[in-house]
Amino acid sequence: MTARERIAGNVANYVDERTGAAAWMKKNLNKVFPDHWSFLLGEIALYSFIILLLSGTFLTFWFDPSQREVIYDGEYQPLAGLEMSAAYASTLDISFEIRGGLLMRQIHHWAALFFMVAIVVHLLRVYFTGAFRKPREFNWIIGVGLLTLGIVEGFLGYSLPDDLLSGTGIRIAEAIIQAIPVVGTYLAFFAFGGAFPGEAFIPRIFIVHVLILPAIFLALITVHLMLVWYQKHTQYPGPGRTEKNVVGYPLMPVYMAKAGGFFFVVFGVTTFIAAVASINPIWLYGPYTPGQISAGSQPDWYMGWLDGLVRMAPPLESYLFGYTISWNILIPGLIIPGLMFTGLALYPFIESWITGDKREHHLLDRPRNAPNRTAIGAMALTFTLVALINGGNDIIAQQFDLSINQIMWFSRIGIIVLPPIAFVITKRICISLQRSDRELVLHGKETGRLVRLPHGEFVEIHEELSPEKKWLLTSHEQNGPLELPEIDNAGVRRPSAIRNKLRSRMSQANAEVAPKVTTKDLKEIEKH
Amino acid sequence: MAHELEPISDPGIPPHVHRKADEDPIAANRAERQVATLFLLSALGTLLFIFSYVAIPDDVFIFLPIMGNTNAHQLFLGLGLAFSLFFIGIGAIHWAKTLMPDNEVTIQRHEFRSTEEDRKEFVKTAKEGAAAAGLGRRSLIKRSLGLSLGLVGLSPLLLLRDLGPLPEDSLTKTSWKAGTRLVTDPGDRPIKPEDLEVGAVAQVLPELAPGKDHHKLSDIAKDAVLLIRLRPEEFNLDAERLSWTHEGIIAFSKICSHMGCAVALYEQQTKHLLCPCHQSTFDVTRAAKVLFGPAARPLPQLALALDSEGYLVAREPFSEPVGPSFWERSS
Repeated sequence: MTARERIAGNVANYVDERTGAAAWMKKNLNKVFPDHWSFLLGEIALYSFIILLLSGTFLTFWFDPSQREVIYDGEYQPLAGLEMSAAYASTLDISFEIRGGLLMRQIHHWAALFFMVAIVVHLLRVYFTGAFRKPREFNWIIGVGLLTLGIVEGFLGYSLPDDLLSGTGIRIAEAIIQAIPVVGTYLAFFAFGGAFPGEAFIPRIFIVHVLILPAIFLALITVHLMLVWYQKHTQYPGPGRTEKNVVGYPLMPVYMAKAGGFFFVVFGVTTFIAAVASINPIWLYGPYTPGQISAGSQPDWYMGWLDGLVRMAPPLESYLFGYTISWNILIPGLIIPGLMFTGLALYPFIESWITGDKREHHLLDRPRNAPNRTAIGAMALTFTLVALINGGNDIIAQQFDLSINQIMWFSRIGIIVLPPIAFVITKRICISLQRSDRELVLHGKETGRLVRLPHGEFVEIHEELSPEKKWLLTSHEQNGPLELPEIDNAGVRRPSAIRNKLRSRMSQANAEVAPKVTTKDLKEIEKH
Repeated sequence: MAHELEPISDPGIPPHVHRKADEDPIAANRAERQVATLFLLSALGTLLFIFSYVAIPDDVFIFLPIMGNTNAHQLFLGLGLAFSLFFIGIGAIHWAKTLMPDNEVTIQRHEFRSTEEDRKEFVKTAKEGAAAAGLGRRSLIKRSLGLSLGLVGLSPLLLLRDLGPLPEDSLTKTSWKAGTRLVTDPGDRPIKPEDLEVGAVAQVLPELAPGKDHHKLSDIAKDAVLLIRLRPEEFNLDAERLSWTHEGIIAFSKICSHMGCAVALYEQQTKHLLCPCHQSTFDVTRAAKVLFGPAARPLPQLALALDSEGYLVAREPFSEPVGPSFWERSS
């Protein structure tokens, strides 16, 4: 035994005698993780979060979260002598006087953008592969919570420098609060410590941004990961992979090296982009004052859909008994986002209600094999994308020399018309892909080799698929629709007939597929 | 549930294919050298970082294609840090992929559902616990506890009351009074009609009250006004609104009636005001009537007059609240 082994043994012994960790470690170091590039998306989100914690902590050492008025006398000459908040002045100092300060600001901002991209793409992966199904519904809801908090956290973060652009964003947020019926005005005054902008909101959103939300994030991410750990990761279908097993690489050492290495890769790439690509150059915007604004005011991308919804809202306000209800703010600013996120959070339960499927699922679906789900996803994405495009309508109008009014009308109509079209097209594409899978299994794949038969006929040689490929294309389940007769066995109309009718309609739509190859089909083919 | 037989039987996990480095010691050594090289590149990155921190002055700019002029100090700090991190990661991944065992392992899942026995035990324990506490029998305790728990939440809620003052008339009042002079922003100079050419736009604020040396942001958020001069015949206003203008000069609140952004874009050709936030478009010639976009109300118009010295003043306060709508707004 070498000296090093002896020391390691002693340390391990010391810890184990006090915690009994060895048994747990033994089991978990051999934990198996399936390998697939799409499983890295959630990792990118996690690593971006760590980058955000590190770079954010650095920034707090110099950032002064105060709206105290100061006269700027720093290094950036164009703003010399201007009145501004201490928050804005200290952000200028971080950018121009602290070595590496601008780099850290840019790493922080880019990491925030990547964090949100990774969360959204990870969500899409989980959605389109059906990874949210039992037993992972809790983790889906936690994920939706993290997405929502991420949007809020990002918004508060870029509002902190108190520049002209971010102040405008805060003004809009204040107007949304103020539009809430009955209590809105009071909420706005409590939130801002008086009339907008006041001098309270920077210190307040600072503590929310650096303490309260990160703490909630840490708690939710921990639970999210513990559930992944405990429930074991899902895996893509394939030979040898079943609902009962996990095929992959053990945590120690392969997965640890890959995941650990990937953290450094994400950090490195983020830093590279932050080094070469400027982001949020607040010194160009100037300090916030409510009487000024810059053209092309844009939120960060993850808020863009919300801004797009607000922009396309029709000018509706009701005046009732001396009170005002601003539908033009409430509908796009609160009601639609509320419905979107509620629908997103409840989706696993809605789907399982429609399919009546209460079993555990650990094998992922190929999106084509769940046409209805994939089509609903495409529909929701289309809705959000139209809103996002409209959020940049001024930029698009300028870049492509279009009329802003036309883009707005395109969005207003498109947001209603395009999602159902996306649904239908996506569903048809999925079912077509299923048919092509069926063809492949039955007749093999086209080789492009033409052969002339003795009697003159030309045929193309088809090559039979490997058993692994055939298995992949046929191993998925195809369950028929739910049977929910309107009349029960005793001949009486069921009490919940309307609900059942709706449910069986949806279940039928859900079960619409191109039938996969059966044993009978294969036998028939053999006869030819 | 319909469950047809699988037409094709599971061929099982495909046989393991060995990598070059698994069988060929030369390939394995090469992989080792590659990993080491990557780690060394990372070390060089750190050296670049240190060098940039200490030796590159912060006023040197270099030109990058697409990105334009870039501060060399920040750029090389960033590149050094990026390389030092990136190559550690790539090295570790390369190590895992070429030299660490790549045998796929299969483990079994366990069902999450507890055994029937455990579930029964749990229900029993929970019931026994509840019974031991006597909550079911002692309804007086249960109700009074419910009452106190319900009430105790009020204290922290009440503590939040002092987060801000009550709105009172703050949203309906601005600093504009009858006779308040219009002053330039910035500059705080009073304005005569002849200072403004036809087609010109100016941002103005109410003259500061004596003893104050600057405008508070919360005041600007309500007081900011846009002054626009047209030819008088270009207006399309009713008699009352026309009387609020002066020699073709018309004044509107600059705070958008939609969400409070500054309505700062004026198109001289069309005489439209456009809010850059949500593109609400207002027609200056028709008392800022909404032409397009989500705003539901025109921008409030400020009635103008001249004082005895010939400076522009507000003839009376705004006749309606400025800025975004709120519940208590009456129209």
